[in-house]
Amino acid sequence: MTQPQHENMLEVKDIKVYFYDDEGRELKAVDGVSFSVRRGETIALVGESGCGKSVTSMALLQLVDSRGKIVGGKVIFEGQDLLLLPEAKMRTVRGKDIAVIFQEPASALNPVYTIGEQIIEAIILHQKLSFRQAREVAREMLRLVGIPEPEKRLNEYPHELSGGMKQRAMIAMALSCRPKLLIADEPTTSLDVTIQAQILELIRELQKKLGMSVILITHDLGIVADMSQRVVVMYAGKVVEEADRTEIFKNPLHPYTIGLLRSIPRLDREQTKLETIPGVVPDPSSFPVGCRFRGRCLYESPTCCEVPPPTLVGNNHLVNCHHWQEVRQGKETARF
Amino acid sequence: MNRGSKRWFKKFFSNFSAVLGFVLLLFFLGVALFAPYIAPPKPGRDAYMMPIVTWSSDPIPPSREHPFGVAGKRDIFYGVVWGTRTAFRIGIIVTISSTLIGLVIGSIAGYFGHLVDELLMRVTDIFMAVPFLVAALVLATILGAGLDKVIIALIVFSWMYPARLIRGNILQVKEEQFVMAAKALGVSDLVVILRHVLPNSIFPVLIQASMRMGSLVITAAALSFLGLGAPQGYADWGALLNYARNWMLGSQGQALQYWFMTVFPGLAMVLFVLAWNLVGDALRDIFDPRLRV
Amino acid sequence: MSNSVILKVEHLKKYFPIKAGVFRKIVGWVKAVDDVSFEVLEGETLGIVGESGCGKSTLGMTILRLYEPTAGRVVFAGKEISRLSSSALRPIRKDMQMIFQDPFGSLNPRMRIGSIIEEGMSVHGLYSSTERKEKVRELLEKVGLSADYVNRYPHEFSGGQRQRIGIARAMALSPRLIIADEAVSSLDVSIRSQILNLMKELKREYSFTYLFISHDLAVVRQICDRVLVMYLGRIVEIADKKVIFSRPLHPYTVALISAVPVPDPDYVVDRVILHGDVPSPIHPPSGCYFAPRCPVAERCRKDEPPLVEVENGHWVACHLPGSLSLKRENGDKKC
Ligand SMILES: Nc1ncnc2c1ncn2[C@@H]1O[C@H](COP(=O)(O)OP(=O)(O)OP(=O)(O)O)[C@@H](O)[C@H]1O
Ligand SMILES: Nc1ncnc2c1ncn2[C@@H]1O[C@H](COP(=O)(O)OP(=O)(O)OP(=O)(O)O)[C@@H](O)[C@H]1O
Ligand code: SF4
Ligand SMILES: [Mg+2]
Ligand SMILES: [Mg+2]
Repeated sequence: MTQPQHENMLEVKDIKVYFYDDEGRELKAVDGVSFSVRRGETIALVGESGCGKSVTSMALLQLVDSRGKIVGGKVIFEGQDLLLLPEAKMRTVRGKDIAVIFQEPASALNPVYTIGEQIIEAIILHQKLSFRQAREVAREMLRLVGIPEPEKRLNEYPHELSGGMKQRAMIAMALSCRPKLLIADEPTTSLDVTIQAQILELIRELQKKLGMSVILITHDLGIVADMSQRVVVMYAGKVVEEADRTEIFKNPLHPYTIGLLRSIPRLDREQTKLETIPGVVPDPSSFPVGCRFRGRCLYESPTCCEVPPPTLVGNNHLVNCHHWQEVRQGKETARF
Repeated sequence: MNRGSKRWFKKFFSNFSAVLGFVLLLFFLGVALFAPYIAPPKPGRDAYMMPIVTWSSDPIPPSREHPFGVAGKRDIFYGVVWGTRTAFRIGIIVTISSTLIGLVIGSIAGYFGHLVDELLMRVTDIFMAVPFLVAALVLATILGAGLDKVIIALIVFSWMYPARLIRGNILQVKEEQFVMAAKALGVSDLVVILRHVLPNSIFPVLIQASMRMGSLVITAAALSFLGLGAPQGYADWGALLNYARNWMLGSQGQALQYWFMTVFPGLAMVLFVLAWNLVGDALRDIFDPRLRV
Repeated sequence: MSNSVILKVEHLKKYFPIKAGVFRKIVGWVKAVDDVSFEVLEGETLGIVGESGCGKSTLGMTILRLYEPTAGRVVFAGKEISRLSSSALRPIRKDMQMIFQDPFGSLNPRMRIGSIIEEGMSVHGLYSSTERKEKVRELLEKVGLSADYVNRYPHEFSGGQRQRIGIARAMALSPRLIIADEAVSSLDVSIRSQILNLMKELKREYSFTYLFISHDLAVVRQICDRVLVMYLGRIVEIADKKVIFSRPLHPYTVALISAVPVPDPDYVVDRVILHGDVPSPIHPPSGCYFAPRCPVAERCRKDEPPLVEVENGHWVACHLPGSLSLKRENGDKKC
């Protein structure tokens, strides 16, 4: 094993992805997101539907829909800016150095090829192996992700596998080239809780075994508490808070993080009334100016019409809010 | 105009091919409507019969007098213009009749399901198994030549497509939660179908109908080309092509000598089909983006 | 809370035929709901939980006769409804309503919000036309929407707003029983708690009886009085909510509860990781359906365990109830 030259394996700096709709409006779906991932670390990207988690993670690989464009930022992966790489170079990074597990295993696997063919194709694409060797690796990977009778499964089509098995096959495919970074985009949302527990356990084990970094995308703060070391909370295309796991859960400083944490129904205790965040998540065509959480925030003041500056508070804890000090003291402006 | 339809409008015209289709269609409609002014018929004669303009059966290339040339002793320009009306007539009659038949059969099959469905769909399958052109050809031969016979043959062999589509759509919409919700409210079956199911499955049928319009005209022309359609001299694009049958190869060393015989009626057909397809495509994009492949 | 039984389900079965081949011959059955019996008391909220495909929705739909039961009885408010003709059933539908899972699919996209909410009332001939219009506006405000939305179409609303419309539609008939099938599953957390609070409030105000179908145990814990756990078409455990979450007896319930990730890094639970997949309801295993995945199974593969009442109101279908228990280190400290 070579020793790490950089402490941060990945540094995302101020990345911006804009979409353009039919009316030609600019939708700032991802607007200046920064975070970094250390070697061997799991960071969680959390936020509600539409906040830009998937778009951000795909932009790292220069994969953006034709209606969208990466309009700025840097993605430094092992000292090299991925956004400057030409497409041909980028293709060798995708799948080899950085692998992705998608939310919907059913749609990410091609129904007309067997599981084996798809994994072997991925292996041969990035490694100088013969078909026979690649098949051997594929079988080994299926065994590693806990699929029984891997030899038989190699010859089966996606529809012959259950949802959990397909997700495992996806993981096997993603890991077959031993990537340095794994992007897991909601890897368990379509699965049942008991199957989810299996898959999460599996990802954790494999990460230990292969020593890779993981970006875990999820909207479930339960999974975050369970899996990650650092947490990046996104809202409306921006990072609102970033901190170590315990810090986020014990000492959240952004009003949105607090609202999010409070509004989750708890399994471990009964609540007479659930707390809520008033209002709804805004649409990218109507993000408020200044702080995008305006209108739903309990701490809002006229200052909030300015974009809140990123503030480093204490140990590795970054918050984007004008009033984090009031938040810390629990002084709501109580508008609602 | 409300907000919704304004958006459709915008969407429709923001798309070049949609605009092209629409303009082409309007153009053809204009030609059909104003045919008596564009190519005035001889007074007292049946306007749909192309007048004979020369006594030699040799084709005459385009000239000032006959801008598209002359084929089979008849003016191609006149034939193309009045043929537009024939094309619309065949297309509209066949499409409307076959869509109505299909709608009824498809609704019955989809709504009642089980045995009725089974039976109707097997019949549909049988009709679909026969190659369209061959079937229409055989039927038209049995019924005899004539435009009305061609129309009947086309209807008999094209109702299956809308029937299939509407049945599939009804089956699909039947499973939608809002249909379940209506049933849970205690709404009766007939009302469920009329108010909840049909309005949600009718658009794909209309879209398909507009797409089919074009191909029907091609088939009709093919029948005419084979001499089965309209009577001698009737203004019809297929019939015009029929005149070109013996001249297609041109003469020695001049393969393209008689290009005008095929190009003008052919172009009219191609553009007509294109127009309907583009309009169908545009309708599909507007009404149901999920249908896009 | 009164104690009268409003809904009684007895040996209810719903099998779906599997057809194959050119002649669509029946080659097998999906036993989606397989011999299920339970009672619901007036005014209570019964949670139905279980993993995907275990038959929760089918159970709800069969109770409402949106699916025809294969066997068994459903008694609603003292009347057996499982064999009524569809016209005799229609007036009873007024008293049992459903809130659907999919906020996008459950509203007819070509109808205005006003007509969607009004439809049930006009079908049952309730009120005059002007009263109905008035009622629709009232209902919209009740569920936290503006009364001016009556003329809008469903696509102009967000998921949470649509779910409110679905709730208003169900409430319009002042039903006694509301079956909510995954009513909040597709919503974002911040919206989900708004809807849950709304449902709780309405229940307090109108004393509805809820059958609350969900795969999310945390949600069930916040809204239900009793919980029914299903596995592969059968009931494995029924108990009061407090009992289910503190002393679950069926190994599956234990595994299910322990598998839920809790958003609290201090909450350490001894997670029971099950192996293998949920078997298909087409070829259920012999004996106890859970045996192939059960960490403590013994003779369970042969004999099918009956659903028995082990203590007052606590029913379990397991040969070895309690042999797997929920181990937490400090999870319950705040209860
Ligand atoms: N192809 C596209 N065209 C236009 N807008 C898009 C496109 N893809 C994404 N967006 C917009 O970008 C925003 C972020 O989307 P993204 O998929 O990243 O959300 P997400 O956080 O992954 O949500 P989810 O939890 O639902 O997966 C959304 O508001 C979405 O509407
Ligand atoms: N109309 C149908 N025809 C055939 N099989 C069906 C039908 N509806 C449901 N099933 C089958 O019955 C079983 C139970 O389905 P059901 O939808 O009741 O599960 P569920 O518990 O509601 O699951 P989920 O949590 O995914 O909604 C599944 O195996 C399903 O495939
Ligand atoms: S900047 Fe203002 S509106 Fe934004 S989160 Fe902080 S207090 Fe709320
Ligand atoms: Mg996403
Ligand atoms: Mg369901």
